[in-house]
Formats: sequence, structure tokens, C-alpha cells
Amino acid sequence: MSTLDPDRPGSQKQAPPPAAQPGGGAPEPADAAPDELLSPLHELHVEAGALFTDFAGWQMPLRYKSDLAEHHAVRRAAGLFDLSHMGEIVVVGPEAADALDYALAGRLSAIAEGQAKYSLLLARDGGILDDLVVYRTGADRYLVVANAANRALVAEELRERCSIFDCLVEDESDDIALIALQGPLSAEILRNLEGFDAAVLDGLGYYRCAATEWLGHNVLLARTGYTGEDGFEFYLAPDAAPRLWEALLETGGGSGLVPAGLAARDTLRLEAGMPLYGHELTRQTFPVQAGLGRVVALSKEGDFVGRAAIEEGPAPDARVLVGLVAEGRRAGRAGYAIVLPDGAQIVGEVTSGALSPTLGLPISMAYVDPYFAAVGTLLHLDVRGTRVPASVVALPFYSRSSQDSRSSQDREEKTS
Amino acid sequence: MTEPAADLQYTAEHEWIAVDGDVATVGITAYAAEKLGDVVYVDLPKAGSTVSAATVVGEIESTKSVGELFAPVAGEVIEVNQAVIDQPDLVNADPFGAAWMIKVRFTELPPLLTAAEYAALTD
Repeated sequence: MSTLDPDRPGSQKQAPPPAAQPGGGAPEPADAAPDELLSPLHELHVEAGALFTDFAGWQMPLRYKSDLAEHHAVRRAAGLFDLSHMGEIVVVGPEAADALDYALAGRLSAIAEGQAKYSLLLARDGGILDDLVVYRTGADRYLVVANAANRALVAEELRERCSIFDCLVEDESDDIALIALQGPLSAEILRNLEGFDAAVLDGLGYYRCAATEWLGHNVLLARTGYTGEDGFEFYLAPDAAPRLWEALLETGGGSGLVPAGLAARDTLRLEAGMPLYGHELTRQTFPVQAGLGRVVALSKEGDFVGRAAIEEGPAPDARVLVGLVAEGRRAGRAGYAIVLPDGAQIVGEVTSGALSPTLGLPISMAYVDPYFAAVGTLLHLDVRGTRVPASVVALPFYSRSSQDSRSSQDREEKTS
Repeated sequence: MTEPAADLQYTAEHEWIAVDGDVATVGITAYAAEKLGDVVYVDLPKAGSTVSAATVVGEIESTKSVGELFAPVAGEVIEVNQAVIDQPDLVNADPFGAAWMIKVRFTELPPLLTAAEYAALTD
């Protein structure tokens, strides 16, 4: 047997090597290559028997025991993810809001303190350099969270773009670990966490954040995530991260909380129709092609990087992102061609695909010619030489609101 | 992880072969199953088909990757394991047993690895 298609979450196509070593991280064990970056939770993952994968130069858990079990745990109960490889860049100063309005696609000045916003770092030609979550953590302070592979580029671009404003840009990635608790039982588990001030959760809606303390450690608690479920992300010092990781697992273990790896994270975000940089989003992708036109605030006053190119837009026949559900059990994978049912003409390409663990159907995200992007269009996937019929469907494939009746039933079963 | 079973022979493509007379039973190793992750789809050749050595005869898909099954020997496929097609997670649960894939009647065996040689390969 040989692995034919290493379409792993870590295989970002355009991943440049990370520019800096993490500070305060765990010492490297003898079995890791000297240039591999390790999370502050690495030793705990080794003890838990994790299988590791390279993700943008980091050794991160691909899975602990079973991808599918970890995926289902997040949909039905909760999962715990180590995302310490992500980049955290702070923009602070009297003109931080104006600086980010110029540097990013969205109107960051419009979000309130304690609010988060999904945004894009655009190139001057309108292509996407990275997708980001931006938290406003103070009147003049923002935390910009970048993909691990793009951290150095994002920090460099922000520094340059913000240089004409009265603010500072600091790459604090080395000093910040990130743990995500995701799943319908996340809030309940967090309320039960010893030493946690549950009052912080009052009014902490989705895409909100709050500064809090846990056992004397500063924590930025955010109700954000990348799984399509309710959940929380904890930004904290690397030396405090192992203790929080263990405490959460201990608190939630009885409710079904398990550590979950990047493989589950990838199938979860795919079901939720969330793009992954390097797959659905690239340097060559215009936001509107990816269905992210709404993320670009063309109505904001003044210039921003990429504005002129976005106003002009991509070519009218530029491919657009769609969801595909195929027949049978074989999934489309990144790079597979999409052809017309009655011919050999290639009209698109798959960017991500898997047999959906939740739905039991082969799902893919793909770029197709706009003439074939309407929901209901029948296309064929070329799965290693075999044609598999697939229909265009609306994204996301899964949303928790549409599954609410099922998950509340699950909860009833648990409590009865 | 399950150690390679001592009474089987192996290939560098992470397959195991159990020889009984002129019939080789073929499966993938525990190491290969663990690398793939949870297997969700198995495609095997039809019983009665003829296979050539070292050619791709089947596919084993997990949620995140695709593995190819090679025929380690040339010959006629005399039996295919329908159970592993119906229940692909057998590949993870019992790779050296219930998840055998095909039985091939052969005339000649290529050089194969012992369990110790195979274990050294995956260290």
C-alpha cells in the first residue's frame, strides 16, 4: 500500500517556512528534527499517544486515537484543540483602528471593544494574503490572529501598512499559546472549570471576547472557532497552557470531551463550509470568488490596500467556490478535476474534500466556472480516472442550527 | 501500535502476505492503517480477475487520505473480502485478521520481508 494523496491539513500549498523560533516552548525531544517547532503542550500530546504532522514547520497532533471519534465528539459533546502554532500579532496605539481599516479588508474601527471580526489581508492586486480573526481587546488595541504559515508575512505587511499611523505592531506569537474548546457542551464544561469566573460568560455571545484570569494567569477568552459549533478559544502564556489543557480535560472528560487533532479540525471546518488558506483561499483568489465579498467593506471611507483592484473585480469568467455532494462513498480530493457530464471539458477543480463524518456523504469544496455554479447543477468529479456524479449544493454542508433538533435530542439522551 | 505478526511476510509497500500452498492472502499492515487514519472506503478487484505483480489493484480511503493496494504477487484473484468493503473500519480494528483484502492464486512468489525486516523498515 502507498499513500497516494497526502491531502493532510498540514499540507498547505504555499506554506513558507516560519521566520522565527518560538520562545518559552517545550524543549525539543531527541526524535524531533532540530528545525521543527514544538507547541508548549507537546509533551502532553506525546503522553496522550498523538500522531504528529508537520504544519507550517510545527509538529502538531494530527490525531490522538481516531479522526472520526474526535470529529463526532466535537459535534455531539466537545473537543479540545491545541492551536499554539497560530500567529498572534498585536496592533496598539491611538490610531490602531484607522491603521487596520487601511491595512485590512474590513471596517475594524466599527467593532466594539470585546468584539471579534473575520477579515482578510489583501494584496494590492486584490489577491488574498491571509484570512484572519481580529479581536478588539481595548479602545486602541487589537489582536490579529493569522494562519501559522502566513504569520511572518502578516506581521511584515501589518508593520509596513501601519507605519504611517500612530500605532505599534508587535508579533507576540512566541508568547501566546492557543487552546480551543469546541462543541455543544463547551459552555457547560467551562462553567464547571475550577477557578474559572463563570460570570465572564454572561453576555459573551458568539464572536465576542473578554479578558479574564484563571488561577492568576491572564487569559483572553473568545467565543470563536473553526468547527461550526459553539465554543471558546483561550489565548494565554505558553507556561500556563499545559495546566489549562489538563484542567479542561479533567473537567470535561465525564461529558465526553476529548483532545482532537488537526485531521478532525479539517473535516469539521469542511462540513461547516469554512475556507482553509492554501486550499480555498490563495494569493490568486479574489474574495468574491470565495464567497467572501461581504468581508470587504467597500463602503468604508478612505483607501485600503487592495481597494482599486477589488472595485475592478476579477474577470467575469473567474471561477467561483461551490459545495459539491457526490454519489457513492468516494470523496473528491484537492486537485481533482471537475468535468461536464456529457464531455471531457474541465470546468473546475476540487480544493478540499472528504467523506463527511457527520452526513455520511462525500463532500467537496471546489472552484468551478461561473456558468456551472448554480445550486442543483450536475457535474462529474474525476476521482482517479473514474467519473463520479456530483451536484452543486449551497454551503455550508452542515450548520448547527439545522441540526438543533438532533443535538437537543442527544442532550436529552445523555441526561436521562 | 500492533507489532507485525511473526507468521506473516511483508512488502515495503506496507502490505502483509500469508502464504498457504499456492494462495496468498493479502492485507495492509497496522502501521499503514494507523498512518491512513480511520478508513471509510475500500475498493477491491473482482474475484476471477487477473492481477500483475506490483500494480495497483485497489484503494483504501480514510477521511483525509487515499492509499493504493498493490498486488504483491501475479495471479488470479480467487476471493475478495466483502466484509472489509461493507465495513471499512475493520482495517483499523483488525488489520492482520478480519481486514484481509484479497486472496491470489500465484505461480511464483517474489522476495518478501520477514516480520523483523519489516519492523526495521518502519522504525
